[in-house]
Amino acid sequence: MAFSDEQLERYSRHIILKEIGPRGQRKLMDGKVLIIGAGGLGSPAAMYLAAAGVGEIGLADADTVDLSNLQRQIIHTTADLGKPKVESARETMLEINPEVRVDVHQTLVTADNIMDLVEKYDFILDGTDNFPAKFLINDACVLARKPLSHAGIIRFQGQLTTYAPGRGPCYRCIFVEPPPPEAVPTCRQAGVVGAMAGVIGCLQALEAVKYLAGTGALLTGWLLTYDAMTMDFRKIKIPSRKNCAVCGENPTILKPFDYQAAVCDL
Amino acid sequence: MSSKAKLPPPDGFIDATDVVCPMTFVKAKVALEEMDMGGVLSIRLNEGEPLQNVPRSLKDEGQQVLGLQNNEDGTYNLLVRRAAE
Repeated sequence: MAFSDEQLERYSRHIILKEIGPRGQRKLMDGKVLIIGAGGLGSPAAMYLAAAGVGEIGLADADTVDLSNLQRQIIHTTADLGKPKVESARETMLEINPEVRVDVHQTLVTADNIMDLVEKYDFILDGTDNFPAKFLINDACVLARKPLSHAGIIRFQGQLTTYAPGRGPCYRCIFVEPPPPEAVPTCRQAGVVGAMAGVIGCLQALEAVKYLAGTGALLTGWLLTYDAMTMDFRKIKIPSRKNCAVCGENPTILKPFDYQAAVCDL
Repeated sequence: MSSKAKLPPPDGFIDATDVVCPMTFVKAKVALEEMDMGGVLSIRLNEGEPLQNVPRSLKDEGQQVLGLQNNEDGTYNLLVRRAAE
C-alpha cells in the first residue's frame, strides 16, 4: 500500500522515526484497537490513536456526557452535554483524522458481550473506572489471548501495566480479586486531578502504538505507578503467578463473569 | 563526493524538489523502503538545506550514500544504496 502525499505529510513525524518509519506507520494504519471507556483515560488515548492513524478504533461506553466529566474527559466539550460519549468521542476523533474508522458500541461491557467485543481487535485498552469492569476485561483478554493495557487513576495517583498473552502476568496475577465494594472509594467520591487522566491515558496510547508498530519494550511484567504530588514514577517488577485463576497453570476461570458493582456505582 | 563516472546506474528515481525539509527525507525514506535491499535510488534535491540534511539522515539510518551528481540547475541527484531496513 502506497502512502498518499497527504498521508506522507500527516504521518511524517512518525515516518521520520527510525523506530516507526514507513513500515511501522503502515502497521498502525492496519491496526485495530478497542478502547473500553470513553472517559478520562479513554479521551487522550482515543485522540492520540486517531491522530496516529490507527486504522480501526472501537469505543465502548454506555454513558452520556455529563458536566462533571469535562474537567478531565477532554474528548468531549460543553456542546456535547447529554450526547452518548461514544458519539461525542467519535466526532472529535474524525475531526482530528477523517482517515480512521471509529466503531461505536454504546453499551456496558458485560460477561455476555465482552468476548464478541474484543474478538476483532489487536489491542485492548482499559479506560474504565471500577474494579468489576477491570477484572472482567482482564479475564476476557486472557481468555481471548488479546494484549491489554490496564490503567487506573485516583486523586493524584495513577498506575498502569500491560498484559501480553504468554509473555507475562495479567491484572489478576497482581490483584487477585476486586476489593470489597465499600473498601475503596471511586473517583466519584475521592476525586481525581484532570491532567492525571491525560498522563496515564497517553501512556496507554503509547503502549498501543509500540505494540502495533512492533517497537520498544512494553510494560509487560511491570507495574508503573505515578504520584503527581511527589513526581515519583516507580516501575515495580511483577512476577506471573502459577496459581492465577485465569492465566495460571490450572485456571478455574474458563469464561468471563460479572462481579457485583458497588452500590455507589449503580 | 564520487565523480559522476564511478556512480552506478540507479534502480529508481524520485524528485524531492517539490517539498521542503523534513518532507524531503520522508519522501526519500519511503521510496528507499520500497526498493529491494542493495538497490540504488536517485533522489533529486534542491541545493541548500535538503542537501545538508537528507544525506546525513539517510546515513544515520544505516543507508549507504554513494555520491552526488550536480544537475547544474540548482538541483543535485543523490545516489543512495539501500543497506538497511
